[in-house]
Amino acid sequence: MILYIKLAWRNVWRSKKRTWITASSIAFSVFFACLMQSSQLGSYDNMIDNSARFFTGHLGIHQVDFWEDQIIDNSFDQQALFELDLTNPSILMGVPRLSSFALASHGDRTKGAALFGVSLEEEAAFSYLERKLIKGDYNTERGVLMAAGLAANLNLNVGDTLVLMGQGYHGVNAAGKYSVTGILKFPIPALNQGAIYLPLETLQEFLSAPNMISSYSILLEDSQDTEGMKAHIETILKGKELGVMTWQEMLPDLVSSIELDYYGGWVILIILYVVIGFGIFGTFLMMIKERTYELGILNAIGMTKRRVQIMVAIEIFLLIFLGVLLGVLMATPIILYFWSNPILLSGDAALAMEKFGYEPIIPFALNFKIFYNQGISIFIIALFLAIYPMLAIKQMKIIKALKE
Amino acid sequence: MKVIELKNLSKIYNPDTIPVRAINDVTLSVEEGEFTAIVGPSGCGKTTLLNMIGGLDISSEGSVDIGGVSINEMSESELTTFRLQHIGFVFQAYNLIPVLTAKENIEFIMVLQNRDAKTMQERSDDLLDRMGIKDQRDRRPSELSGGQQQRVAVARALASRPKFVLADEPTANLDSGSTEALLDTMAKLNKEEKITFIFSTHDQRVIDRAKRIIKLVDGEIVSDEPR
Ligand SMILES: Nc1ncnc2c1ncn2[C@@H]1O[C@H](COP(=O)(O)OP(=O)(O)OP(=O)(O)O)[C@@H](O)[C@H]1O
Ligand SMILES: [Mg+2]
Repeated sequence: MILYIKLAWRNVWRSKKRTWITASSIAFSVFFACLMQSSQLGSYDNMIDNSARFFTGHLGIHQVDFWEDQIIDNSFDQQALFELDLTNPSILMGVPRLSSFALASHGDRTKGAALFGVSLEEEAAFSYLERKLIKGDYNTERGVLMAAGLAANLNLNVGDTLVLMGQGYHGVNAAGKYSVTGILKFPIPALNQGAIYLPLETLQEFLSAPNMISSYSILLEDSQDTEGMKAHIETILKGKELGVMTWQEMLPDLVSSIELDYYGGWVILIILYVVIGFGIFGTFLMMIKERTYELGILNAIGMTKRRVQIMVAIEIFLLIFLGVLLGVLMATPIILYFWSNPILLSGDAALAMEKFGYEPIIPFALNFKIFYNQGISIFIIALFLAIYPMLAIKQMKIIKALKE
Repeated sequence: MKVIELKNLSKIYNPDTIPVRAINDVTLSVEEGEFTAIVGPSGCGKTTLLNMIGGLDISSEGSVDIGGVSINEMSESELTTFRLQHIGFVFQAYNLIPVLTAKENIEFIMVLQNRDAKTMQERSDDLLDRMGIKDQRDRRPSELSGGQQQRVAVARALASRPKFVLADEPTANLDSGSTEALLDTMAKLNKEEKITFIFSTHDQRVIDRAKRIIKLVDGEIVSDEPR
């Protein structure tokens, strides 16, 4: 075995130029592919994180009918949760939320608004709501925090009074006057044009729904570990009129757009790999062509074809490994850098991203899976292409080879 | 003891298209310790005959026995292993593995035979010494002269202690000085260690050194004489 490796290693370095060309073309594609996948996975993580923090949580506990019919009557008493022990190392935190709709008026203007009753203090840690504050005070007992777009439409400013009208729990009328204590700016237009945040108790009072919440949103250590935790929580919730849903169930559009993008990325990579594959194949072709005589000699003096194949296979493996290693070594520092310093977009690109509700950044994911994916892909391609040299050796005729 | 026995051996190339009868009904045996030259004009079938003796090519008719074992029915990989164990080869040129040093080239065969490190070491040192290429042991083939390369090739062929060494025009690419030196070494190994050599040539100086001369014309033996 040592002999094979020695031979293979020296043969790899025999035509340095070709080795470098092949290895660097592999390295380049691995490098490019890793960077691309890192930014893809990074944006997915970011999108999932944003959506989970702002809307659904990684897991959401609701009254069983709530998701189908998101009305105030389908809320549940948070007391039910206090009785349960939801602590688990996989669970980072959870927050209660109550949501409803109402008409918001100021002067002669009226707009529809989405009301979110939250624990402001916990929300600051869960959805970083406090970071959206652009004016006024975040902490309020009786006031409301308004989305900037809505505030502008209603001609409201910090200190002004807002009238809310709607329907409360079990059809009671809900009406109240609240002072605007802060303005929030959201990148997502839907939120920015219609969201009003209130302290949970304030909203419960407005809706005549004391202690009621629509959802209890949970943030997990690992956004992908939803199924296991869902099952775990389901056993805890047994016997209650409560259900638990994963973000994948609650955000099917996000799941499908991520999948679409992910497979779209693979299509680009496959095209890249096909191009690189031709290059690798060319190298294999040369490797065999140039050395027919030499391989013939080896076979003649007593090296079985199986052994010749092993030698060439190790050579191929070393060459590919060199390329993959080089690519990973090149990509790692760059991914590391962008992982801790996401690219901030500006101008049109930023506006476009914001329009779709995303932060205008390109975050990178630091995930071993990326390197693994690319490494395995290249190896599979190489393995496939290596069929040719292996067959060529198998079919080699010594007499012919020695005449080369 | 007979190391090679050929009976009614023929080789027909392209039997289906334009048949070429390269070897025609050759019957011949070689005893241990011979120093035999196969001679004849270009195209007379020397290489074809040696290839069949060495199990590199299969005959169309007739049989080849090596040390009493028939190789006619062997599979390709059986033949390869047989060659490894019993036959030493020296080709006209570029015999050696370019990426291995002289010493490694000599040991290569023994590695394939799974010899232990000590045996290999002793054998390669001994052979390097006897071939007079001790100082070149760590050089790669590209750093050796043609004559030195051929000596390493002979050393490699001997490393496995084969029944005989086949050499197809081993001196064709050498100048007269190197030719003499290589033949001296081969003759000495033959004389002192009873190593059997069968080589082809059309170089008169080489023919003059042989102890038996088999002359081929158009694939047939026209004369077979001791000298
Ligand atoms: N693969 C082949 N297909 C067809 N004919 C062949 C093949 N190999 C050799 N021949 C023919 O067989 C005959 C013998 O060839 P061979 O190579 O054995 O001659 P040789 O005596 O070694 O010649 P040289 O001295 O030039 O090396 C020649 O007529 C040659 O053209
Ligand atoms: Mg010839």
